[in-house]
Amino acid sequence: MIEIVNLHASVDGQAILKGINLTMGAGEVHAMMGPNGSGKSTLSNVIAGREDYEITKGDILFNGESILELAPEERAHLGLFLSFQYPVEIPGVSVSNFIKTALNEMRKARGEEPLDASSMLKKMREKMDLLEMDKGFLSRSLNEGFSGGEKKRNEIFQMAMLEPKLAILDETDSGLDIDALRIVANGVNALRSSENAFMVITHYQRLLDYIVPDYVHVLLNGKIVKSGDKSLALELEERGYDWIKKEQA
Amino acid sequence: MSEQDQILNEVTTSEYKYGFYTDVESDKVPPGLNEDVIRLISAKKNEPEWMTEWRLDAYKIWQSMAEPEWANVTYTKPDFQAISYYSAPKKKQVNSLDEVDPELLKTFEKLGISLDEQKRLSGVAMDVVVDSVSVATTFKKTLAEKGIIFCSMSEAIQNHPELVKKYLGTVVPKTDNFYAALNSAVFTDGSFCYIPKGVRCPMELSTYFRINESGTGQFERTLVVADASSYVSYLEGCTAPQRDENQLHAAVVELIAMDDAEIKYSTVQNWFPGDAEGKGGVFNFVTKRGICERNAKISWTQVETGSAVTWKYPSCILKGDNSVGEFYSVAVTNNYQQADTGTKMIHLGKNTKSTIVSKGISAGHSHNSYRGLVRMGPRAVNARNFSQCDSLLMGDRCGAHTFPYIEVKHPSARMEHEATTSKIGEDQIFYCQQRGLGMEEAIALIVNGYCKDVLNQLPMEFAVEAQKLLAISLEGSVG
Repeated sequence: MIEIVNLHASVDGQAILKGINLTMGAGEVHAMMGPNGSGKSTLSNVIAGREDYEITKGDILFNGESILELAPEERAHLGLFLSFQYPVEIPGVSVSNFIKTALNEMRKARGEEPLDASSMLKKMREKMDLLEMDKGFLSRSLNEGFSGGEKKRNEIFQMAMLEPKLAILDETDSGLDIDALRIVANGVNALRSSENAFMVITHYQRLLDYIVPDYVHVLLNGKIVKSGDKSLALELEERGYDWIKKEQA
Repeated sequence: MSEQDQILNEVTTSEYKYGFYTDVESDKVPPGLNEDVIRLISAKKNEPEWMTEWRLDAYKIWQSMAEPEWANVTYTKPDFQAISYYSAPKKKQVNSLDEVDPELLKTFEKLGISLDEQKRLSGVAMDVVVDSVSVATTFKKTLAEKGIIFCSMSEAIQNHPELVKKYLGTVVPKTDNFYAALNSAVFTDGSFCYIPKGVRCPMELSTYFRINESGTGQFERTLVVADASSYVSYLEGCTAPQRDENQLHAAVVELIAMDDAEIKYSTVQNWFPGDAEGKGGVFNFVTKRGICERNAKISWTQVETGSAVTWKYPSCILKGDNSVGEFYSVAVTNNYQQADTGTKMIHLGKNTKSTIVSKGISAGHSHNSYRGLVRMGPRAVNARNFSQCDSLLMGDRCGAHTFPYIEVKHPSARMEHEATTSKIGEDQIFYCQQRGLGMEEAIALIVNGYCKDVLNQLPMEFAVEAQKLLAISLEGSVG
C-alpha cells in the first residue's frame, strides 16, 4: 500500500524527519507513538502533501508510484485520508454540503458520475448511525462551534463517507471522552478491511485497547527507533519513553 | 416659432450636421454635454416639455456641483465632454423575439440569458436594456392583468406621465449629488415599475443591463413604486463585455414603498472590472435609495463583483412608523479593483428597524471599503439597528477598510455593530484539498460559505448565478 523510503523533511530549514522507513500493507493497522515534537504530525502532513514542508531526501510510494509530485487533492483522489488533529472551521459551509462536494470531487477524479441526492443522503444516514451521530449535525457549519469530540467524530464520519485506502488518524483520541472514544474506535473497526490500511498516531495506549494495531512504531527525533507488536504500546504506557531514549543515546 | 421650438427643430433635423453615424448596430450622439445635447436626447425620445425642463434644471444643478472626493478610491476623473450621452439600437419596436437583432440574441446566449430560455423556464419577465433603450419586454400581458406596470422609463414617460411626474426625483432629488444630478439631466432609459394597491406581484421582475457600445456612458434611471399593501421582488443583473477604455456608469434607482408595502431589490453586478494590470473597466457611480412609509419594508441585496471603481450606497429612509430596512451585500474586488460601498439607514419613524450585513472580499491589489451610516432621528423612538461588517482578505497586497458612521438623536435607540476581518487560511484550503477539492473549488466553497447570509437572501436562480460569479471573480487569486 504505502512505502516510505529514507524520508527526510524540514520546515524553514530545520530538519524534522531524519530518515523514516516504513512499509504498510493492505489490511494492516500501524500505531505511531512518540513524545511531543518527535515528528508524528509532520509525518502525517508530509504524506498528505502539505506545502510548508520541504522533502530533502527520500520518497513516498503509494501502490508503487511516487506521490511526492502530486498535489494534496491528487493524493486524496488516490485514496489517502488524513483525520486532522485540529480540524479547521469553515463558516457557512454545512457538514452535508462539504461532504457532498468532497465525495463528488473524488468520484469525478475517478471518472464517475456524481452521486444522486437520495443515495447520498442514505449513505450519510448509514454512516451517522455507525458513529451514533445526531441528524442535526449535517446542517451545522463545518466544525464551527463544535466541541473537541464533535470535531473528531466529524473527521471519522468523513472518513467513513470517503472510504479511503489509507487513513491516517492524527491524535484522533485527544479531546475525546471515554464514550466518544469507544464510538469512534468502533467506527474505525467497522471500516477495517483487507482492502485498506490505517496509521493511528497517538500518545496513549488507551485508544489501542479499542483499535488493536498489528504493529507499533516509536518515533523519536525524526526517526522510527523501535517497532514491535501491540505489546510495545503496553510497555510504553508502563515505562514511558526514557528507556528508549537511553537505548538510543 | 418660440426660441425653444426653434432649437428643438434645429437639433432634431440636423443629424448630418452633427455627424451622426449610424453603423450596423446603433445610433448615437457625438461626445459632449451642453443644453443642446440634453434637448436632443429629450427630443429623440419624444419627451413632453416638462421632462425636458426637468432635465435642463438638473443640468444647471450639476454644473454648480463638484465631483465628490471623499470616497476611498483613486481614479482619473472622467472627461464629461468626451462621453457620448445617447446611443440606441436602431430597431426599437419589438413584439416578438423573431424581431430582435440576431447578433443581440447571440450575445445574450453567450451571457447565458437567452430570452427564450428565461421565458420558458424561469417565468421571469425581463425588460432587457441594451445601450440604454429597451428592445424587448416579456410577460407584459400577465402583469397587465394585475394592473402592474413594468416597462422602460421611456415608455412610462409616454404612457404614464402622471405617475412619473409624481414620483420621479422624490427619493433621489436632482440636487442629491453630482452623479445623481448628471443622471437626471441625461438619463436615456431604465425601468419603471408600479404595483397597484394590495397586489402581490406574481413573478420576479428582472432587468438585464449591458453596456454594448464603446465609449458610451450609461445612465440608467429606475423607479419602482409599490402602492399600499403591495409586494414586489425586483432583480437587476448586469454583465458587460470586455473594454479597453474606462466607461462611466451613473445610475439612479428610486424605490417607494407605501404603507404596508414591501420591495425586495436584488442586484448582481458584473461590469467589466479592468484587466489584471488594472487597465480599463467600468466606473460604477450609483445612487440607490428607497423610502418606506408606515409598516413598509425595503430590502436591498447586492452581489458586486465587477467594475474598476464602485461608489454605491443603496439606502433606506425609514420614514413611516414600524418600517423596516435591510441591506445585504457581498462586494468582491480582485486585481486593481476599488470598491467603496455600503448603505445608509435613516430612521425617522417610531419602532423602525434596520439590518445591515456586509461581506467584503478583497484579493490581488484591490481595495474594498465598507462605508455605512446609521442615523436615528429625534422622533425615532425605539429604533433598532443591527450591523455586521465582515472583511475577508486573500493574499497580502489587498486592503479592507470599514467606515461606520453612527448618529443617534433619541435615547431609546438601540444599535449593535459587529465587525470581523479574516484571511482565507492555508489551513482551510489544505483541509479542503485533503478531502479532494482542487484549489479553486476550495476557495469557491470557502467564499460561498462566508457569503451565505447574503446569498440566502437572493431568489434561487439568482443565487446560483451569483455563486458562479464569485468563483469566477476570484479565479487565480491564491496560489
